[in-house]
Amino acid sequence: MTLVGGRSDETEAVPRSPRPPGGGKRVIDIANLSLTFMTADGPVHALSNIDLAIEEGEFVSLIGPSGCGKTTLLRVIADLETPSQGTISVNGESPQEARLKRAYGYVFQAPALYPWRSIAQNIALPLEIMGYSRAERAARVKKGLDLVNLQGFEKKFPWQLSGGMQQRASIARALSFDPTLLLMDEPFGALDEIVRDKLNEQLLRLWDKTGKTVVFVTHSIPEAVFLSTKVVVMSPRPGQIHDVIECKLSRERTLDIRETPAFLDLAHRVRQGLREGHSYVD
Amino acid sequence: MRQLDPIALGADIAAVVSLLGSASVGAVFADELRPMAGLFGLALLLATDVSRRSRQGPSQIRDCILPLIAALLVGATLVGALGAGLDGKATWGFWAAVIAVWLTAWRVVTALIAAGREGRLARTLVNIGVPLVFGATLLFLWEVIVRGTGVPSVILPAPSAIFARLASSVPTLAVDFVQTLHGVAAGYVIGCGAGFLVAVLMDRVPFLQRGLLPIGNLVSALPIVGVAPIMVMWFGFDWQSKAAVVVIMTFFPMLVNTNAGLAATGAMERDLMKTYAANYPATLLKLRLPAALPFVFNGLKICSTLALIGAIVAEFFGTPIYGMGFRINAEVGRMNIDMVWATIVVAALFGSLFYGLIGLIERQVTFWHASYRQRSA
Amino acid sequence: MLPPRAGELSAHPTEGARPAMTMTSMVRRVWQSQATAVLVIALAIVILWYGGSIVMNAQLQRDAFENADQKDYTSAQFIAGTLNMERPKLPAPHQIVRELDKTVLQIDPSSKRSLVYHGIVTLQATLLGFSIGSILGVLLAVLVVHAASLDKGLMPWIVASQAIPIIALAPMIVVILNQFEVTGIVPKAVISAYLSFFPVTVGMVKGLRSPDPLQLDLMRTYSASRPETLFKLRLPASVPFLFASLKVAVAASLVGAIVAEVTKSEDGGLGARLLAGSYYGQTVQIWAALIAAAICACVLIGIVGSLDRVVSRRMGYAR
Repeated sequence: MTLVGGRSDETEAVPRSPRPPGGGKRVIDIANLSLTFMTADGPVHALSNIDLAIEEGEFVSLIGPSGCGKTTLLRVIADLETPSQGTISVNGESPQEARLKRAYGYVFQAPALYPWRSIAQNIALPLEIMGYSRAERAARVKKGLDLVNLQGFEKKFPWQLSGGMQQRASIARALSFDPTLLLMDEPFGALDEIVRDKLNEQLLRLWDKTGKTVVFVTHSIPEAVFLSTKVVVMSPRPGQIHDVIECKLSRERTLDIRETPAFLDLAHRVRQGLREGHSYVD
Repeated sequence: MRQLDPIALGADIAAVVSLLGSASVGAVFADELRPMAGLFGLALLLATDVSRRSRQGPSQIRDCILPLIAALLVGATLVGALGAGLDGKATWGFWAAVIAVWLTAWRVVTALIAAGREGRLARTLVNIGVPLVFGATLLFLWEVIVRGTGVPSVILPAPSAIFARLASSVPTLAVDFVQTLHGVAAGYVIGCGAGFLVAVLMDRVPFLQRGLLPIGNLVSALPIVGVAPIMVMWFGFDWQSKAAVVVIMTFFPMLVNTNAGLAATGAMERDLMKTYAANYPATLLKLRLPAALPFVFNGLKICSTLALIGAIVAEFFGTPIYGMGFRINAEVGRMNIDMVWATIVVAALFGSLFYGLIGLIERQVTFWHASYRQRSA
Repeated sequence: MLPPRAGELSAHPTEGARPAMTMTSMVRRVWQSQATAVLVIALAIVILWYGGSIVMNAQLQRDAFENADQKDYTSAQFIAGTLNMERPKLPAPHQIVRELDKTVLQIDPSSKRSLVYHGIVTLQATLLGFSIGSILGVLLAVLVVHAASLDKGLMPWIVASQAIPIIALAPMIVVILNQFEVTGIVPKAVISAYLSFFPVTVGMVKGLRSPDPLQLDLMRTYSASRPETLFKLRLPASVPFLFASLKVAVAASLVGAIVAEVTKSEDGGLGARLLAGSYYGQTVQIWAALIAAAICACVLIGIVGSLDRVVSRRMGYAR
């Protein structure tokens, strides 16, 4: 049991964050939500009786085995899927209204950058669609490139960049129009662990700096615990929420924190939750 | 480590035989050319030998130059000898020299390919050089065999005869070309444009897509050139009827290809546009159409050939007294086979340039596509 | 009539799978089925065709009435007239069907007035040429894959030939072969053969090259000989490419045979029918020959397509 770094003693104690979530304002409110897909083999209950509230400034991870509906839940929030039952509000409105008001930025599993556009043009894509002026676009692209440390790569094309850089560009693109909510669907799932660690740290700093609300889908326990203020453990068949674990670690954590007892304890609890949800059963 | 190269050996033997032929029996060349030919035969022999010696060297392209020059000179001399009264009367010494040139060219090709494995510049050089040497050899063989054995020109004219005919008939060929170009260009623009627009419309109206796509796939495979006589009846003998055939021939392939292109965007890319609450025109312009471009260009390339085929075949059915299809049909009837070949050469050049031009634009516009990335990265 | 393209258009997997069977949903499902859409579009084409026939033949019909000094005619008479002319500009579909019925079903197939006779003449040349061209194409592709000089020297020319209207050679080949007293099916088959040869060569070279480096390395670890690699890996891997190019080739073969028949029409065939029709202004006959050619194309492509399906299912390529 080694305590690395000076900040580790803070993590034991309460002070979760110097900047508390903004007065407990609810960004996402989900009640009794279910979603059933009709397939040729009969109905599939992708989500069943989901209740979840996410407050402003939180970093919430959805974790679970494949097929537990975590991506589907994120897509419901983004209005990419329509629930069969229950209520959901995003910023106090329906997901569709929120989407039409461009309330969130979405980061997919793959970078999904358009190969015919340079990095700068890719970051500017949502801005073009949303009708920003040319000058405004240029300013925001520059800001986005700074935010994800891609200065000097604006003229490159996506296929000339490494996978990690591409995913950083896609994060810059999601943030370019400054949405208050960031939805991320296993954004680092396809990257190797070293790159993933680095990007996790950068993402955490970015979240701390911008104060966005983040909903983050992952299947990595260390990633979920490291990043989140709240880990939502989901279980499959039907997809439902098994447990919600609060992570009261400091906002200014570094990768070293993963060696601390507090971190290991949280990770243990997440794993326990997954086990109870039969996530390890075939 | 030294291996016997059967091709080089063959070339050497053939060169020796041709030397014997020219020196002793006078069986190869007319009198005034004999000493020169002997010299060239010797050069050929030396060149193949030199290149074989330096086989292990690193810079093999350089080794190809000498035999290549020798083969070129000897080849040119042989063709010249034909002009000096050997047409249709070539003997064994002549053929031995021909075989020597051919085998040397073969050796050059093999050596060039081996050299092409080293370095990028060498590879480009080889990718251009080898087809050129190969094509030139075929032309050479065509020329000497046709003229040496005296094949009548109504069956197969020699390349030189075709070229001479081409050079002397430029005004006629130009008029024919312009006439055909008229039909091709008008039909191509209208047919491809309409195919493209209907594909975009079809993409917007799923019912149309379900109904039209199978019909489009079917019609693309039908022998549409058959409508040519009907179009000639409807639109007259001039280029308008050819344009109409071309429109019908290019419309459906373009429709099918554009449609495939518009379907080529991934679910994730489309979801991305949805998260931006992008409307249909924005999605079309910023995502669907750019992603469809490789397919659109594929359609344009297919249609460029189809357009030419359509126009030429339609001209078989009736034209005013010019047009490439008309020319082919008329000169075949008069047994002016060299003129037919000359017209075909023009058609081939036109087809390649047309196709090449579209390919060039494609490369500029879809530089990002996986098939071009290595080059531009 | 149409080759089924199942699955290709079911872009919405969740649609159409709902178990509910109300009246409206059934109507919707029928409306959304591919067959309905094709039928509706085909029907629309037929209706447009009739409209086109009336419009395009109107002037001819007016002239006909004038010549017959028939001043007063009802519009029904007029329309009926346009749709049943002897030599219309655009024959109505039922006229073509009647002509097909007459020349296919009524007349003895051995007669020169039977479309079946002409169809068989064309199909024979097509199939002979197609077989020769495909076999040669496959053989050359095997050579190209194994001989670097052919690959680098010849292949660029073969690829370039795809941009050239090589069909323009057809009349010349017919006439030249004629000088050697080679007539009948052979010149047509030669044209069909070289038209099918190029696409098959190009497709097969691609197919024989399609095994990825890992699969080729595997054969090397077994120190397999070149023929073994060819028969165990390259040829099986090339099958989908082979059939894709065979479909293109068979259509090209048919076009080649028809164009050859246009050049030299003594031996009959669908191309000869087209030419004769255009000489004598027999539009109905031209259209009937065109439809017959289309049916031939469908049959040929259908045969290649079903062969493709059977073989690829056997080989585990089935979709």
